[in-house]
Amino acid sequence: MLSYLQQGYTIHINEIEEKFVCRPQELLLAGMVRLGKRGIPVGCRSGGCGVCKVHVQQGEYATGKMSRAHVSEQEEQAGYVLACRCEPKSDLVITVIGQMRKATHASI
Amino acid sequence: MPMTGVLRPGHVQIRVLDMAASLTHYIDRMGLLETDRDEQGRVYLKGWDEHDWFSVVLRPADAPGMDFMGFKVDSVETLNRLEQALNEYGCPTNRIPAGDLKHCGERVSFVSPMGHTFELYVDKDSIGNGLGNKNPHPWREDLKGMKVHRFDHCLLYGDDLDGAVKLFTEVLGFQQTEKVMVGPDHSVQIASFLTCGMKAHDIALIRHPEKDKLHHVSFLLRSWEEVLHAADIMGRYKIPIDIGPTRHGITRGRTIYFFDPSGNRNETFCDSYDWYPDNPEITWTEDELGGAIFYHDQQLNERFLNVVT
Repeated sequence: MLSYLQQGYTIHINEIEEKFVCRPQELLLAGMVRLGKRGIPVGCRSGGCGVCKVHVQQGEYATGKMSRAHVSEQEEQAGYVLACRCEPKSDLVITVIGQMRKATHASI
Repeated sequence: MPMTGVLRPGHVQIRVLDMAASLTHYIDRMGLLETDRDEQGRVYLKGWDEHDWFSVVLRPADAPGMDFMGFKVDSVETLNRLEQALNEYGCPTNRIPAGDLKHCGERVSFVSPMGHTFELYVDKDSIGNGLGNKNPHPWREDLKGMKVHRFDHCLLYGDDLDGAVKLFTEVLGFQQTEKVMVGPDHSVQIASFLTCGMKAHDIALIRHPEKDKLHHVSFLLRSWEEVLHAADIMGRYKIPIDIGPTRHGITRGRTIYFFDPSGNRNETFCDSYDWYPDNPEITWTEDELGGAIFYHDQQLNERFLNVVT
């Protein structure tokens, strides 16, 4: 049962010894929330408010529509995404930026 | 009491990232009715019990938020008088010709000290509420989702709250129904609830470092049961809920907040009180702010306070 639940993509968070699993078709933000760290900024969950911005440094993913006020075209090409609009297609290595960083980098 | 001057919120234009997903949200889930589209790709919607042609305009864009909010005024004389009053006050205005929004007459547009664009207009075509005006049934049987009755108000975030309150009360004739005061001796105002008619609020304003931000667009329901039904729709279709169902101390509304597919916050709510011009203004203070905002659990919620488009 546990091994079944663990199926999916492993997401490594840069700079801190932390990783989590995103199930196939699951959004990056949903997996991050399961980390259980207090204060993970779950905002609008619709690509609009920008609080869950991360930088993907390795791996494949698909994105949905995101507000250009928070992710410019150049940033999008450079791997910046809103976690609520990012669906991992492989294991990923990410760096947490913005408001999310405070939560992920805090001790539990 | 005859209502004169600015009558009510008449429309709001909202930017959306994905029109198809937005139409599913606003029409199939919330129950607004589509009444027109234009060559800019804008889609016009209204609540079932509104008589004017539209109250919500969705515009395809690459960032969400509010383009403008429009208020209907009672006459051409009022429109001209308020235009002149705004200009004399030092607030420039701009006339937008009839037809720029389909079915809507000439509009007088201005930017408030908080950075939001507002407009005043007199005429909008009537499409009716679908029940007729002679021996009407009291309800429609063809409504979808949450069956929202009408567009009600917006809550907007921006920097110069004091300037905006002054403009709305001194130039446009609004009354402040409630306010939130913080800081030493409760001397700093952070929120204002303003009415132009008989509702506890037709617009709400909150102090925030950035100009021109949208907190939510609100739609009226008529009972707590309808608010819970709206929550059931959100559960069924996995619409991201912000908070609720709960109640506000401020304005007394029973409410639920959620997000549209572009991250714009919506509210569906019921209940409040009737505002008469001789009602006393209500003051909320920092020490009781939790209950002022969320009366049941008395806790402030960071997402509710800080997430805007």
